[in-house]
Amino acid sequence: MKILMKGNEAIAEAALRAGCDCFFGYPITPQTELLQYMAKKLLKSGGVFIQAESEVGAINMAYGAASCGKRVMTSSSGPGISLKQEGISYLAGAQLPCVIVNIMRGGPGLGNINAAQSDYLQATKGGGHGDYKVIVLAPSSVQEAVELTMKAFDLADKYRNPVMILGDGMLGQMMEVVEFDDSYQPQKMEKPWAVTGDRNREKRVTNSLYIVPEELEKHNLKLREKYKKIKENEVMVEEYLADDARVIFVSFGMCARIVKSAVNRLRQAGEKVGLVRPITLWPFPENELKSYASKEEVEFFIDIEMNLGQMLEDVKLSVEGKKEVHFYGRTGGMVPTIQEIMDFYYSLEK
Amino acid sequence: MKFKRPDCLTKESMHYCPGCGHGIIHRLIAEVIDEDYKESKIIGVAPVGCAVFIYDYFNFDFVAAAHGRATAAATGVKRSIPDALVFSYQGDGDIAAIGTSEVIHAATRGENFTAIFVNNGVYAMTGGQMAPTTIPGQVTVSSPYGRDPKVQGYHIKLCEMLVPLDGVAFVARTSIHNLKNIELTKKAIKRAFEVQMNNEGFSIIEVLSNCPTNWGLSPCESMKRIENEVLKYYSLGIFKDKGRGI
Ligand code: SF4
Repeated sequence: MKILMKGNEAIAEAALRAGCDCFFGYPITPQTELLQYMAKKLLKSGGVFIQAESEVGAINMAYGAASCGKRVMTSSSGPGISLKQEGISYLAGAQLPCVIVNIMRGGPGLGNINAAQSDYLQATKGGGHGDYKVIVLAPSSVQEAVELTMKAFDLADKYRNPVMILGDGMLGQMMEVVEFDDSYQPQKMEKPWAVTGDRNREKRVTNSLYIVPEELEKHNLKLREKYKKIKENEVMVEEYLADDARVIFVSFGMCARIVKSAVNRLRQAGEKVGLVRPITLWPFPENELKSYASKEEVEFFIDIEMNLGQMLEDVKLSVEGKKEVHFYGRTGGMVPTIQEIMDFYYSLEK
Repeated sequence: MKFKRPDCLTKESMHYCPGCGHGIIHRLIAEVIDEDYKESKIIGVAPVGCAVFIYDYFNFDFVAAAHGRATAAATGVKRSIPDALVFSYQGDGDIAAIGTSEVIHAATRGENFTAIFVNNGVYAMTGGQMAPTTIPGQVTVSSPYGRDPKVQGYHIKLCEMLVPLDGVAFVARTSIHNLKNIELTKKAIKRAFEVQMNNEGFSIIEVLSNCPTNWGLSPCESMKRIENEVLKYYSLGIFKDKGRGI
């Protein structure tokens, strides 16, 4: 059945269908409807909902519940995610599954509450301390947000790792038609590490402390192996009219949707352009971009973002200097228009 | 009386300095669990601080939290497994400085777990810096001229702060400076756990403890210091026991 839903609420509904047992959050625009939806639904269904005293409180409650093997979600926006980074590092260190939603707003500092892609670097390059990685999924429609949210819980459990849904204010606030797959069953995974308090077995401890350097190095190398596996198996990318393209646009999330419209218009005008949209921002689809960069007919790349080029270095690293990468972006909560993107393209063609 | 190692303590030898109060407090918790909760589910929440390895000494499940966040983590734990006995074990830097917000709100929400708060008046693990609980006049490495309330403010009295909160069911401050008070501390732990298992709300025991190492005193002298100096600033007793009308 198709229903009209606001992005934030659709993500919350998807989480519930994915078997989310516990939600810990703190209100911040533009993600608050997600928290409200959880408040309304989760307690009634016997789950745990707490509006925490702060984002720090929320992520550490999530840490506690994730330790117990529950399916756990927390959500916020940039300034709140900054506060959650401490806990995200601990979750990653203790190898705990948790789904973290970041509906981004403009930054730095208090910035504003408009749609922006200002947290790409924070999400994909760590944010908290230590050698760790978070799986980052970037939906470009409400429907995709639903699907990726469900997938996020499975990925988190499968790899015992935090997974972030990274959308911008537009995705959270817009209403779109969505369809939930009623046959969907959340994957139930054994969690032989989960702290349950049972006394008739070996004790279990969730922890990220390895005081002996040799042991911490071993642990971090083990994490690196896990991240390698994630990189090999979980990359998601959409390639749109890119097969025969001469110019490849790269863009993610809602911004990529605008770029898609620009690609359509440019195609109508006879321009051979295409779009590569990373869906997983980490792991980044390096190989896919690399193969386009190696194609003779590809002349250059254009990276379009709603920030000042936070993904640009990943694109450039993937392209390995084989082709030029141009950048166009708007910042501060400004959204590029189709016309602007086309104008930028033509300015390069001159 | 037969004196033996409580069943729920592991054989691991503790890393604490000789004469440190943590060993005594661990033992008291273990005795209470052995006596009253032999079959129960138990989950401890470990702090950052001297007791960071507490999970090595007990043979039940633990969640090791970030600095100051043990009461938040314990909230997530207890809400997930409501029939378990859950306690956080935290030093004064942990619970009364960086974790003040977490403990006040866990208490306000009436979270049904027990916080065991060990107050030795210093940041012990990092080398004896001033804590929020450092008493006026006390010399530490970061208050080298003695804590002057005009400059560094006063010491925090967490128990007294928590008493008025409706979610709080049990608050006691005890000490381990002599046998009588060690016995009273055990009683308080027993009662706090009971309050928790009766689902009455948040319970906290502040235990005045010693840090011979950072106080620069012998273990015996450090116990005397609690009696002669620390008690002037921190009164002992059960401040609140909702179920018993206190
Ligand atoms: S530093 Fe102080 S509190 Fe820490 S173990 Fe040694 S005596 Fe105990």
